[in-house]
Amino acid sequence: MGRVLLVDGIHDLGGMQGLGPVVHSPAEPAFHDRWQAVARALLVVVAGAVRASGGEFRHSIERMEPGHYLTSGYYEHWLTAAATLAVEHRLVTRFELQARAGGWFPLSGPVLAPPVVDAGPDVGEARFGVGDRVRVRDWHPPGHTRCPRYVRGKAGVVARVHGTHSVPDVEAHGTARRYEPTYSVRFDAGHLWGDGQRGVSVHVDLWDSYLEPS
Amino acid sequence: MNTEGHHPADMTPVEQRVAALEALLTEQGLVPEGFIEEITRRYESEIGPMNGARVVARAWTDPQYKLRLLAEGTAAIAELGFGGPEGDHMVVVENTAAVHNVIVCTLCSCYPWPVLGLPPTWYKDPPYRARMVREPRALLAEMGCQLPDDVEIRVWDSSAEVRYLVLPQRPPGTEGMTEAELAGLVTRDSMIGVAHL
Repeated sequence: MGRVLLVDGIHDLGGMQGLGPVVHSPAEPAFHDRWQAVARALLVVVAGAVRASGGEFRHSIERMEPGHYLTSGYYEHWLTAAATLAVEHRLVTRFELQARAGGWFPLSGPVLAPPVVDAGPDVGEARFGVGDRVRVRDWHPPGHTRCPRYVRGKAGVVARVHGTHSVPDVEAHGTARRYEPTYSVRFDAGHLWGDGQRGVSVHVDLWDSYLEPS
Repeated sequence: MNTEGHHPADMTPVEQRVAALEALLTEQGLVPEGFIEEITRRYESEIGPMNGARVVARAWTDPQYKLRLLAEGTAAIAELGFGGPEGDHMVVVENTAAVHNVIVCTLCSCYPWPVLGLPPTWYKDPPYRARMVREPRALLAEMGCQLPDDVEIRVWDSSAEVRYLVLPQRPPGTEGMTEAELAGLVTRDSMIGVAHL
């Protein structure tokens, strides 16, 4: 398999078209098959053994080959993440996995962002308050981020100020950590999509460093 | 689930991969005895939308509780004994005659596990994640949740550490019901915001 360069990951799905109808069911079991429960448990095992942060775990899914990501479900994502983290942290080798599985064992692609060595200073005080106008930075980082593409460069209004949390873009790429306030920012949907829809707002939770004054 | 030496013909490729990883991790002593069964049991029997339904029914019958729930969601939910992973920072948003709230996670599948359990397949699959932020009025209608044009829709994309729960409107005609009876009316979908009660 060729090296797949993922910059804006396939996981960042907000607003994408042509993915088909929502196949809704009013109720379903927690696990449809036993392997799903096992995959879920194994991710917990691996993440604990390698001390993976939430950011590193999510990034290990986001680095999946796009076709595999879109054609496999949630628990296959978790399985791929668990196996990828286990190989990257040298708990197992891909050779061992494939020998035991009796065939190809797809893993996620490589980390493209450099390790974060200096996380920079924590941000203790919220820069923005409820009602402040903000604009989301328009950038395309090569590593993990929780800033969805569909709001980058867009202006919104702070709707809530949440607590201070570890910045995913930092924690996904090493042991350094930076803490910043997060905000729920309200965007007008008609403005986001330029389609004239009215009376719809989309709230996105964003870290302080994703935002600039507007 | 040791697959050494042979692969049962009825195992799918993904099952073979799960079995391979499980065997390798188990041989290293990393999988505690009974761990998989414990995770399965918890999410199949202890954690699910019946927990969120109790929170909603309490809010409908106790105005002081409702105020606390809307102001400090995590603490108010903890009063009923619910909390833990994916529920440490809860915000509850209230549906009214004028405002309808709905939850999504466009980047992965963030969901308030302690009160709703594990997310349903459709919530995790690409179509819902792609469309709910782009055309929520049309998608809600498609899912059976028709809203008049003058009802404001607020979509909450769970992109950071907060997890959201929708407080649905109490259905008319339920004035005489007990809290337990009311809890029985509350559906998972109404607490995600994709259905009326």
